[in-house]
Amino acid sequence: MLPTAIIVFREVLEAALIVGIVMAASRGAFRRGLWVSGGIAAGVLGACGVALFAATIAAAAEGMGQELFDAAILFAAVGMLGWHNIWMSRHGRELAASAVQLGNDVRSGARPLWALAFAVALAVLREGSEIVLFLYGIALAGQGGPWAMVTGGGIGLALGVAAGTAIYWGLVSIPMRLLFTVTSWLVLLLAAGLASQGAAFLMQADLLPALGYNLWDTSFLLSDTSLAGRILHTLIGYTAQPAGIQLVFYVTTLLVIGGLMRLVGTGEKAGEKPPARPAVSPAE
Amino acid sequence: MHRLVLATVLIVAVAAPAFADDPAVTITLKDHQFAPADVPVPAGVKVKLLVTNAQQENAEFESSSLHREKIVSPGGTITVYVGPLDPGSYEFFDDFHNATRGHLIAK
Repeated sequence: MLPTAIIVFREVLEAALIVGIVMAASRGAFRRGLWVSGGIAAGVLGACGVALFAATIAAAAEGMGQELFDAAILFAAVGMLGWHNIWMSRHGRELAASAVQLGNDVRSGARPLWALAFAVALAVLREGSEIVLFLYGIALAGQGGPWAMVTGGGIGLALGVAAGTAIYWGLVSIPMRLLFTVTSWLVLLLAAGLASQGAAFLMQADLLPALGYNLWDTSFLLSDTSLAGRILHTLIGYTAQPAGIQLVFYVTTLLVIGGLMRLVGTGEKAGEKPPARPAVSPAE
Repeated sequence: MHRLVLATVLIVAVAAPAFADDPAVTITLKDHQFAPADVPVPAGVKVKLLVTNAQQENAEFESSSLHREKIVSPGGTITVYVGPLDPGSYEFFDDFHNATRGHLIAK
């Protein structure tokens, strides 16, 4: 039961932290709960599908299907998070103002919440499929019986969700005018970390050079497998022994998304009006 | 980001791996143990690892120092390329069963 709880917790943790940050980043956005829970539901369904076809995926691309699949998911999530961040750097300030005044941002019908929902779905799909594979395996092996599996899985899930809830409440205690700045940074670092993970999978598939297997080793300070190491791994992409190519992808992602955010954000600062958006659409 | 995705796709398209003459090493996972647990491999060249899961449950072959993580389904075999490695010891483990560990010894 305990090993099950630990492994389920570990996998839920990464997805839950991402959901917590996304929920905080979309605070005040209209129907964000619906978008995010829709993303979670799609991710759970997708996870079962991926687990079901795990062998097929693994056998694809001359046995490198798993790596390419994981990399594709990670880079898609990076794109989604980046897109939302760039959009927010243009419209975030007005949103913050309107959210404070009106309590919601019905005006922001154009906000790409779908991008956040998609990123959530991808995170849940990736971590969830590992949980399904793991639980399916121990169910087949009949270790400890179904009760131990359900209890262990339930405890792991509850603890992971608690961690996601904790980061959410921590973030929303930040005053609204600062919240978007903080969550933008968090989302940016999150995206860079996911890009570095994606690079590791392409390196594993032998499609990218390592550019130095281990640039440094800080596992004596904080190991990848410790709780704090895992949390930082998700939040900022911490890796005790990074390969060169991971650092390249990390920094490039920071520069590209950060640069685009600054580029579209300064247009607004210079007094230039953001492009006209459709007026309040009743559907949103 | 689109450029990055495009670059990735291009790299994937042109660099189909084919390493017929790389040294291959077989590792078998059975009863929650790697056999062999200490795997000698040549340093300085690319090595092909064939990891077979002779268990009834899924396993995940993982190594922090080698940057590898890959699911091995029951009865399945995965291919993992590593290296060229510097001489030394590189730990790997089954991420679904943490006590199951082994080392690549690169010489």
